[in-house]
Amino acid sequence: MATRPKASKAELAEQFRAFIDPEYVITDDETMKPYECDGMSMYCEMPLLVVLPETVAQVQRVMRICNENAVPVVARGAGTGLSAGAMPNKEGVVLSLAKFNRILNIDPLARTARLQPGVRNLAISEEAAQYGLYYGPDPSSQIACSIGGNVAENSGGVHCLKYGLTVHNLLSVEMVTAEGDVVTIGSDGLDGCGMDLLALVTGSEGLLGVVTEVQVKLLPKPEVARVVMAGFDSVQKGGDAVGGIIAHGIIPGGLEMMDGHAIIAADDFAQAGYPREAKALLLCEVDGTEEEVLEHIAEAEEVFRKLGATSVRTSCSEEERALLWKGRKSAFPAVGRISPDYYCMDGTIPRREIAHVLTEMEKMSEEFGLRVANVFHAGDGNLHPLILFDANVPGEFERTEAFGSSILRLCVEVGGCITGEHGVGVEKVRQMAVQFNDEELQQFHDVKAAFDPAGILNPGKGVPALKFCQEYRSLEHKQHKHDQTEAAHGG
Amino acid sequence: MADNLQTLREQVLQARNAGHKLNIVGGGTKTFMGRTADPDATTLNVGEHTGIVDYHPVELVLTVRAGTPLSEIETTLAEEGQVLHFEPPHFGEHTTIGGTLACNLSGPGRPWAGSVRDQVLGVRLINGKGEHLRFGGQVMKNVAGYDVSRLQAGAMGTLGVMTEISMKVMPKPAATLTLVQDMAMDDVIHYMNSRAAEPKPITAACWIDGKVYLRLSGARSAVEATAQKWTGEVMENGEAFWRQIQDLQHDFFTGDDPLWRFSVGSTAANPTLDGPWLIDWAGSQRWYRGEADQKQLEALAKEAGGQVSLFRGGDREGEVMHHQPDALKGIQRRVKNSFDPDGIFNPGRLYSWL
Repeated sequence: MATRPKASKAELAEQFRAFIDPEYVITDDETMKPYECDGMSMYCEMPLLVVLPETVAQVQRVMRICNENAVPVVARGAGTGLSAGAMPNKEGVVLSLAKFNRILNIDPLARTARLQPGVRNLAISEEAAQYGLYYGPDPSSQIACSIGGNVAENSGGVHCLKYGLTVHNLLSVEMVTAEGDVVTIGSDGLDGCGMDLLALVTGSEGLLGVVTEVQVKLLPKPEVARVVMAGFDSVQKGGDAVGGIIAHGIIPGGLEMMDGHAIIAADDFAQAGYPREAKALLLCEVDGTEEEVLEHIAEAEEVFRKLGATSVRTSCSEEERALLWKGRKSAFPAVGRISPDYYCMDGTIPRREIAHVLTEMEKMSEEFGLRVANVFHAGDGNLHPLILFDANVPGEFERTEAFGSSILRLCVEVGGCITGEHGVGVEKVRQMAVQFNDEELQQFHDVKAAFDPAGILNPGKGVPALKFCQEYRSLEHKQHKHDQTEAAHGG
Repeated sequence: MADNLQTLREQVLQARNAGHKLNIVGGGTKTFMGRTADPDATTLNVGEHTGIVDYHPVELVLTVRAGTPLSEIETTLAEEGQVLHFEPPHFGEHTTIGGTLACNLSGPGRPWAGSVRDQVLGVRLINGKGEHLRFGGQVMKNVAGYDVSRLQAGAMGTLGVMTEISMKVMPKPAATLTLVQDMAMDDVIHYMNSRAAEPKPITAACWIDGKVYLRLSGARSAVEATAQKWTGEVMENGEAFWRQIQDLQHDFFTGDDPLWRFSVGSTAANPTLDGPWLIDWAGSQRWYRGEADQKQLEALAKEAGGQVSLFRGGDREGEVMHHQPDALKGIQRRVKNSFDPDGIFNPGRLYSWL
């Protein structure tokens, strides 16, 4: 934790304006307002000030000044994060990387791209398309989210099972440390010498350094991709089919599942022609060479039929494939239409627990009196339950948070984790105490101190202070006992 | 199959209390790697902490004790038609999964299938305080906390004693074949990278002795159709060739000359250095045999966008890994200190200063 800042807002602003365009040192509330939250808008805080440096040297100087004065720094990309990881610190500086928005180089032969951190995820694939290449990880926010933020969160998407997460698709990052040094972690080669700091930095949520350049791997665009859509009359059968396809030896490019609530909401929104009576829907994308896809499509259809699919439909054109995906990709806004607000969770579970977890979630939904719709990356066991609520009803968000917390506890109980791709941020910092014990959390704090001795980078996020953990665990324990008693009494 | 955890923890605590150092050994087949082990250090034998803890083929997830031999793991996976996708090198029948991860060693398919580090989902390890900690998990995606599991890759045991590893496994490809043809070294970098940029089921690309070898694996129809389109003869005993490359058993690797490993940009021009070369990973990994000036090799590696290490032989009292810049040295020292404050584990094995 940073000690009390040694410089006032005016003093800091003056120091920054000495080397950053004064227009990009923002101190007034009105202009700072858009920075008060990220995609997790329930958590807001106004920063002390916002800076938008334009060069790495400027980032270094900002870090040195903040480090000397013990001023917290929150690095910010596109602000699309879903765990309040970029929520400002009220005594700190928001360091926006928005000016670092250039694609520096694409090397089609080496299949790599060098990028500034503010480059949008989708822009990479758009630029690489002329060479028949693309960038693998495709989070739902890919139209807006930036590659620097993807590194900070180790972002995933719908194609992770086959093509990996951000950490699998990076070659190197250039990073400014808390003390203002520039280091390059990784290289143009695949496996350098020594401990894997690149993996450690990936997904570290802005707690270990500020990434100022990213080199990613690009993949050849598959010759063809087709989607098999299968409807099932129970989530159990849908869940079994997920395992069935993988056991058959097929690794789909994407394997997504929706429950009954999500099917109807998405179909109303996108008119994708989903089987509206189904209780579970699978979208299984197979990609590769023409021959491979033909072979695997036939096998996938057969597996789904054998496992009790009530309907099976395979895309025959790019238009049809896009339509089938449209429903899934618009599931969040679609659910947004049927409820004033929704809260998106991000737990992961072993795939074999899908049916059990969905059934338990239905029970919780009744207990908490809140509806829940499920869309998830079934291939990875990454759930995205959407809890529907109305923020204008007093107490309803608190109830939503409690429901969410119970879902995450269940994920950990069945062998999963509290976040698959959205990160811990502020939102799930308390639940870290469910997944990790105090010794493990202390080890995280010690790792953080190795990079950031003064504790200025994104303080209060990612890893909870140990003193709060014991309290949270005992509260959770009581709540758990209470739930069990209620359940035993048919509550 | 044996659970030796308590003994391992006790030995770590004893060493800590007595101010002793520990030399962590699994199967003992990689003593040639890294710098020479501290002669005063006591051996900590993880090789007896063995066994498959959990394996669900449908989940594509395997959890094993760190001392489990690769051969045992691969036999179990084969019964379910699955494999360790990263094709770990075997340096003897006792090569363990823990040592493989600690040294971050992967085989010829690495650029396509990923490395051992890429497949790791979670680890349990004993840190220098004797605490047994769990990081990551048994699920494909997990971003809670720092990625301490993958940090272990290449750390050569300097951060702790890994006791258990969870990793992703994959189905064995339905079909595999190898195409071979003559090619000059000057042409091969461009050729291999051009092939890798095509959306075809290529899974290995290697050049040695004036011949380029490309491996295709996946659905039978895709492999056969690609072999028809591409040039090169189908190799009779392709699998045996790749096995030799994977385990460093090819003739190229025999003898006592120092063996250098370059990890560089796949399209970089080959370093101007006379002597025998073997180019693997479509250009990303290049092996050189011979006496050489380490500083000169480091300059060549840097020019090629990467690093060089003295993989085997030569002077193992000096540094064997590529020189680290001061800022990264500082970070790595502090990371080491955060796991192992008394410097118990494998002192000086990775770098003289760690």
